[in-house]
Amino acid sequence: MKWVGKSVPKIDGVAIATGKPLYTEDMVVSGTLTVKLLRSPHAFARIKTIDTVAARALPGVECILTYQDVPKVRFTTAGQSFPEPSPYDRLILDEWVRYVGDEVAIVAAVDEKTAIAAMNLIRVEYEVLEPVLDLATAIDHVSIVHPEHDVHCNVPIGLDKNRNIASAYTVEHGDIEGELAQCDVVVEETYRTQAQAQAMMETFRTFTQLDHAGRLVVISSTQIPFHVRRQLARALQIPSTRIRVIKPRIGGGFGAKQTGVAEMYAAIVTLKTGKPAKIVYGRKETFIASNSRHATELTVRMGATRDGIIRVIDIQGLSDTGAYGEHAPTVFFVIGDKTLPLYNKTKAVRFGGHAVYTNKQPGGALRGYGATQGTFVQESTVNKLAEALGMDPIELRLKNLIQEGETSLYYRGKKIGSSSLHRCIARGKELIGWNEKFPRIEKNGKVRAVGMAVTMQGSGIANIDTASAEIRLGDDGNYLLLVGSTDMGTGSDTILLQMAAEVMNTSMDRFAIHAADTDVSPFDPGSYASSTTYVTGMAVKKAAEELRGKIIAAAAQTLAVPATELDFDGDRCYHGPTGSEISVPQIAVNSVVGPNLQQLSGYATFGSPISPPPYMAGFAEVEVDKATGKVILLDYVAVVDCGTVVNPNLARVQTEGGIVQGIGMALFEEVQYDSRGTLQSSSFMTYKIPGRQDIGQIRVEFIESHEPTGPFGAKSIGEVVINTPPPAIAAAVYNAVGVRITDLPITPEKIFMGMQSAQGKPES
Amino acid sequence: MQIDFILNENKCCIEVAPDEMLADALRKIGMLSIRQGCDTSCCGLCSVWLERSPVLSCTIPAFRVHGKKVTTIEGVQTEAEKFARILAAEGAEQCGFCSPGFIMTVLAMKNELQNPSDEAIQHYLAGNLCRCTGYMGQMRAVKTYLEVTAS
Repeated sequence: MKWVGKSVPKIDGVAIATGKPLYTEDMVVSGTLTVKLLRSPHAFARIKTIDTVAARALPGVECILTYQDVPKVRFTTAGQSFPEPSPYDRLILDEWVRYVGDEVAIVAAVDEKTAIAAMNLIRVEYEVLEPVLDLATAIDHVSIVHPEHDVHCNVPIGLDKNRNIASAYTVEHGDIEGELAQCDVVVEETYRTQAQAQAMMETFRTFTQLDHAGRLVVISSTQIPFHVRRQLARALQIPSTRIRVIKPRIGGGFGAKQTGVAEMYAAIVTLKTGKPAKIVYGRKETFIASNSRHATELTVRMGATRDGIIRVIDIQGLSDTGAYGEHAPTVFFVIGDKTLPLYNKTKAVRFGGHAVYTNKQPGGALRGYGATQGTFVQESTVNKLAEALGMDPIELRLKNLIQEGETSLYYRGKKIGSSSLHRCIARGKELIGWNEKFPRIEKNGKVRAVGMAVTMQGSGIANIDTASAEIRLGDDGNYLLLVGSTDMGTGSDTILLQMAAEVMNTSMDRFAIHAADTDVSPFDPGSYASSTTYVTGMAVKKAAEELRGKIIAAAAQTLAVPATELDFDGDRCYHGPTGSEISVPQIAVNSVVGPNLQQLSGYATFGSPISPPPYMAGFAEVEVDKATGKVILLDYVAVVDCGTVVNPNLARVQTEGGIVQGIGMALFEEVQYDSRGTLQSSSFMTYKIPGRQDIGQIRVEFIESHEPTGPFGAKSIGEVVINTPPPAIAAAVYNAVGVRITDLPITPEKIFMGMQSAQGKPES
Repeated sequence: MQIDFILNENKCCIEVAPDEMLADALRKIGMLSIRQGCDTSCCGLCSVWLERSPVLSCTIPAFRVHGKKVTTIEGVQTEAEKFARILAAEGAEQCGFCSPGFIMTVLAMKNELQNPSDEAIQHYLAGNLCRCTGYMGQMRAVKTYLEVTAS
């Protein structure tokens, strides 16, 4: 292939790297109001009075809004296709504040200083209520996080607000207890996974203004322009035809921007004042008042025969959705959906539990989206089972993992697509030197050990994610590709162009691409759920194929020859038998100059009934200091099956970056609260993301499979890469010093405390 | 108050507030490459040169540069682009939001260190966080750049 499979540099790479003004804040015009948000100091309270008189009197203040000034129609800020499965439990401002950081008032002024000064003049009297701060005691807590009567959802998700249950979910196949009773070996463990912050480098920011027709133009750092448009229409109670959402370059998202966080505040100011407005979250605001990975508490029971055939997997537990239910049912669902199908020799599987409301920052989307939590608990339990069986954990996996073309109890007969997972494991084993290093090597008081885990994710959301793409042949004979996916640094604009150029058999510089703008782009849910390469990619491929067919048909008509006899080489259509030919620019002119014509374009929509899983095998080698419990990650090996690798360099960096975020979750990162519900880890001083000196070597290889339903055989890469570090590193630590960490992150304190206890586990 | 300084080789005279930080003052006069990723001086995104050394412009009061020389990436575009092409060839710019500050630090390192070891490179660049790439591709690009520019 000409373009697919080539390491083409990102089309925007040099411009963004050299500091060109291409991000949201760079678009702000002079005269723009600065918007600031007064936030709740209480985890749970009802606003009794708000006095804004003094603040309004401050020169330079344009607008102050409280809950009395906003529409009373509840909505969700979760970026999901309609009807969203997340509960409609939000107002732009509410008289109830449900976590420390919840919005109390919107202040707009001529500059930031004035806005902050005005904010400090607002007097709020609260009725402070007892907060719900622990997911384990949330259900039937004396406090109800959502006492209001108009919380509702579009689809049944098991919402029971009076019990603080945002969502309930259970799926069960086979007789769990009966099969467990027949197993030779049963292991059980309870795990806690922490809330993790996305910590993208560009915080939330939005710039809004009215256009020449009085329409609201929203330029925002978002992964979900179309969903934001729908959210704003509902939240502001204006027709969506009055709203245009544009995504410029984005400084990372990782799922954080799959929720509409900041848009509504700037938008309502512009609507109320008629003036341009911007809101730029600081890092602290981003840490305390946006969203994070859902924390979970999950118990796994796993049973196997003596020879290591896994017969039962049962995962039960809770996820903490915080004050609002964005992504609550879907993240919970994914915990089981992207883990249990992996081991398909089971006779009984069950996954279930609740996503609960608490008075903490809302959960949201973060790369992995539940699969990360599920992978930690399931893979850690597989490692524990291997030990109980006296079996090498790799051997145990190879015996039990699903293979290409097979199905699993959990997938109800649906066959999975392509897979090279078994080969990924074999290759990773070789690269890490498993046979020499497992389980540990002790030398000179230092102990080194290895651990491993496998994972799967999806490629788009089956039966829901549907993207469209258009390619136009311009009057100059060049192409314009229009998509609505949202390149947030991943390089998706580039790889989509690679695919289009591949089909059109021409060079990439014959193309321009435009994304994403709700006025211009065909509908696309946005870039999340590992969907862009697979879903939008397929739409692009089909659109290109349609256009290619039209070009050949137009040539056939002009040359008066059968289309089947024409060769299309990207520059021209050539008829071998007669030697006649016509160039693409000529075909283009013929389609746009003159009467009774139609400009040539390809338009395609693609949605898949399946979500083919990409796979990864991850291997960690650690050194543990027995005197302090300190872990040094020496080496991480990743072998990935993402189907066809569309752009090896970009896929490799996606993998390396995802692994390092996974390493952060494994070793350092944790969103922490004090006893009153105030988020403590609100800066990079207190919330540690990996720096370049915190990671050892990372080695990435791909073993391609060919996914027949994907574009050129491709699946996804974005999320699967984050999942293995927590269980693989936990396993390596266990193999090193015999301490089984079940509560992330794996800190030196926990390891040290575990080494002191007879159970090999830190006291909880 | 009024300050005079050299910005990217040009004389610059601007009005700043006493509590205004250099990063904000620079953005105000169109240096839109200046980005901020934290409130606590620990991400490195806003790195510029004060004289010849990289500094965090978010933490330096603007008045401190009075009479001094400030360089942003806008002032070293040719060299920045040379490195950016190598970075992009690795796919290691990703979202690009941290890149200008990172590149300013890399270019300063090249001037400051002779044949640095991997460890020395990592130490020099430790203050520049990146959430996208996992740093490996950045390291490959830095080493290629040092090789290419050494000869």
